[in-house]
Amino acid sequence: MSRWRHLWFRSRSEQQLEKELQFHLELHAEELVARGYEPEEARRLARLELGGPEQVKEACRDSRGTRWLEDFVQDLKYAVRGLRRQPAFSTVALLTLALGIGAATVMFTIVNGVLLKPLAYPQPDRLAALQEQTQFSTRFGNRWAFAYPNFLDVQRASQSLEMAAWRFSGGTFGSRGDAEYVSARQISAGLFAVLHLTPALGRDFLPSEDARGAAAAVILGQGFWHRRFGADPAILGTSILFEGKPHTVVGIAPIGFRLDDEAVDVYTPLGQSTEPVMSIRGAHPGINVIARLREGASLAQAQAELSLIGSQLARQYPDSNKERSFVAEPLKPQVDDVRSTLWLLLGAAGILLLIACANVASLLLVRAVARERELAMRVALGAGRARLIRQCLTESAVLGLAGGLSGVLLAAFGVRPFLYFWPGSMPRVDEIRLDWRVVLAAVGVSLACGFLFGLMPALRAPSRGLDRSLRAGGRTLSGASRRVHGGFVIVQLALAVVLLVSAGMLGRTLLRLSALDPGLNIRNVLVTRMALSPTAVTEPAKMRSNWRDVLDRARQVPGVEAVSLVDTVPMREGNNQLGYAATPGVTAPNDLNLALATSVTPDYLNVMGIALRAGRFFTEEDRLDSAPVIVIDEVMAQRAFRGQEAVGRHLWIPDMSASALLVVGVVSHVRHWGPAIDDQASVRAQFYYPFAQVPDRLVRRWSELMSVAVRTNRPPMSVVEPLTNAVRGSTGDQVLYEIRTMEQLATSMLARQRFLLFLFGLFAGLALLLACIGIYGVMAYLTGRRVPEFGVRIAMGATAADLLRLVLRQGFGMIAAGVVLGLAAAWGAMRLLQHLVDGVQRTEPATLLAMTGLLVAAALFATYVPARRASRIDPVGALRQE
Amino acid sequence: MPPKSDLPQGTLDLLILKTVAMGPVHGYAIGQRLQQVSRDVVQVPQGSLYPALHRLETRGYLAADWKLTETGREAKFYHLTRKGRVQLETEAESWKRLAEAVGLILQVPEGAAE
Repeated sequence: MSRWRHLWFRSRSEQQLEKELQFHLELHAEELVARGYEPEEARRLARLELGGPEQVKEACRDSRGTRWLEDFVQDLKYAVRGLRRQPAFSTVALLTLALGIGAATVMFTIVNGVLLKPLAYPQPDRLAALQEQTQFSTRFGNRWAFAYPNFLDVQRASQSLEMAAWRFSGGTFGSRGDAEYVSARQISAGLFAVLHLTPALGRDFLPSEDARGAAAAVILGQGFWHRRFGADPAILGTSILFEGKPHTVVGIAPIGFRLDDEAVDVYTPLGQSTEPVMSIRGAHPGINVIARLREGASLAQAQAELSLIGSQLARQYPDSNKERSFVAEPLKPQVDDVRSTLWLLLGAAGILLLIACANVASLLLVRAVARERELAMRVALGAGRARLIRQCLTESAVLGLAGGLSGVLLAAFGVRPFLYFWPGSMPRVDEIRLDWRVVLAAVGVSLACGFLFGLMPALRAPSRGLDRSLRAGGRTLSGASRRVHGGFVIVQLALAVVLLVSAGMLGRTLLRLSALDPGLNIRNVLVTRMALSPTAVTEPAKMRSNWRDVLDRARQVPGVEAVSLVDTVPMREGNNQLGYAATPGVTAPNDLNLALATSVTPDYLNVMGIALRAGRFFTEEDRLDSAPVIVIDEVMAQRAFRGQEAVGRHLWIPDMSASALLVVGVVSHVRHWGPAIDDQASVRAQFYYPFAQVPDRLVRRWSELMSVAVRTNRPPMSVVEPLTNAVRGSTGDQVLYEIRTMEQLATSMLARQRFLLFLFGLFAGLALLLACIGIYGVMAYLTGRRVPEFGVRIAMGATAADLLRLVLRQGFGMIAAGVVLGLAAAWGAMRLLQHLVDGVQRTEPATLLAMTGLLVAAALFATYVPARRASRIDPVGALRQE
Repeated sequence: MPPKSDLPQGTLDLLILKTVAMGPVHGYAIGQRLQQVSRDVVQVPQGSLYPALHRLETRGYLAADWKLTETGREAKFYHLTRKGRVQLETEAESWKRLAEAVGLILQVPEGAAE
């Protein structure tokens, strides 16, 4: 406090200024006395000639350089004092701002962490992602994942890039009893080195390990190492059982290491993979390739070099590499899924913040009008207009900063709950935190807000007509002032309309989508991925018998009504798109119609509750040695056979079989892509084929993909434990993972819409509340100032109803203007939502009407309260106020 | 007595510098001397004298000390700094050039410009 006081009190130069002017006045007065004036008159004349001492002092202070600092401190002190003097006003303003800035800061924290920050590797701008690129395009585009042999060739030839590769995998860790399915990646030697990371313990894979036939080795992920081995460093060099084979632990991944934003359990050397596709340049599942630019090399140089290598390989391997080259692009985080949602929410939070600003601005304005006399007094005492404006802005900046700090505090606590409610997993979640960027942005926004809502009241600072405002006793209200008040209310209402209509649209969409028939019965169905025993995946017959065993045992579990195997589950990630034709003959791959192919066992229809429309579904008789059969859905029946009888006809699906496939049945359509987008999906046709007819050479791959689906007569999660025990197999190492109910999957399909609705609803509710507070405050203030006028009106014979109408009409004018403006803006918001959120349909008048009606009703109520008060004025008391 | 005219913009600083150049002097005396020297032709509003003095002091053209006057009162006496002297010379020079130029134009008989 003493420091404040020191700065606040007159400094030395201030005293000297006083003394200097005093000396001047005395000397002048003496001279005048010598000329014969009376001493009193002499002093008066001297003062008159010098000008108002305060004005002269102000001018002198202005001509000093450090002026602004002194003023600033003074203004700051004045502002804090002013805010403390009006606790009710300050509390409402601070809360409003904290809310607005808090919401915006939470959203920006997340946008910053997920969308804006560079990758969390050292020197991320030197990293690149590599892909194959063909001169032709299919509907998947012309960029492809690398073939492993191509990767090896490019890696060997490139001078400008240090390259590494990795590939998805997964497998069973441990043996009987403690077996579990773990996430894994096959990585090339030097992956960590390319990323400029070093393993937390042990070492990277050696080039010699990254080859077929080398001794099996693993690197463990941090999380897995902690979970299964209690972070024991002695695990290094020991052997663990992975996929039924012993592997030596050579390293522990760096702390916080994520590959493609996933914390992986186990890493194995990519080169040791024995899968046949690893040696194919043509049709292959592909690997991910990343690279770091070597010292001095630029991306353009690397690109030129890749093109050169590409054309060399094209000459060398014309069959597979013709028209094929390689491209490098800066490595970017994969955040496309959440980008539009996050920007939408940041936009909504921004609108809320604007409403909060408008609210505080109108509060400040009310205060500024009430302070007109005070400001006039200050002008009379020598303050310049610029000085007053600056002081007003300092006040609102202090308010803005205080609100901003509360907002940052709110955000610090608000980010975690937000992420908790986020549907699914948020990419880069580890990088979401309040950092200097966020705080800087929050402080900047706070100051900008302070300026925004402080400017209007500040510009009201009187310059001319001083005497008028002093004489008026702070009671007049010019038309201009009323228009400004009205303007803020209108802006608030309009912004609230935008949020309300958006929330309404989302709510309507969610209702509509939830009511859609998914085409199957999602109640009481459990689906879970399953890994067969690593010892069984060696030969097809073993795998088939293991699967049969799983089905038999699962059927015995109490509560289980039906069991089936299925590769691609509706509304879950993953699908298999195959081209089909209704006539035999050669067709280019692009011209074929595409359908979703699903491999199942006979009880699938019963498990999923899918209706059979014609013919039959599969039976145990559909085996490898019987005629290949398929069952198609209504959509495919319509497309392939134009509404004619489908059962008994044939279809040709080149990727499955060269011969014709017999259609034995037609079933109802399932909304595989979820309710929101299935109707617009490019591939909607579906067909099913028996798992029993999958050829031997593909059984291993299919076994990796198969899930077990179970219909129960009790809550499905309750059968998880008995089911897990039942399918463990004779070796005890068959495990279930990714266990979900169909209801969960269906819910997750609409999770994004639901989450958006929740937040937009929250923001819209707050916006409605703020807008009502705003219109209430302004109306209460405006009517309060008109009390004497109302008194006169009553005295002249106006009834209470007349006054009520008068005030309501004024309020209604603002509301109507706000709604009209808001609907225009909402139209744009709806277009945006339609574009960014799946399933949102074009304008729905009922929704529009309902949401605007809600706003008008709430706003009218907020107007009604002060209007009613005005209508009950005691005319005598009102007139006496004058 | 001819009517007093306003001071041309910017000349007040020059006049103050010239006045102070004659020796340490306080604010009131500067006002008086300006009035006398310019024989009551130029009106120096006292209200603008002090802001000008403070401005020149802030810029380093003037320095000030508190000294006793002949009558034994403490007053703020201004004197010219080295920087102020240079400034005075350049400003006086440019003022003279301007005055000469204006004079030349005014001496040309009317119609001679054709």
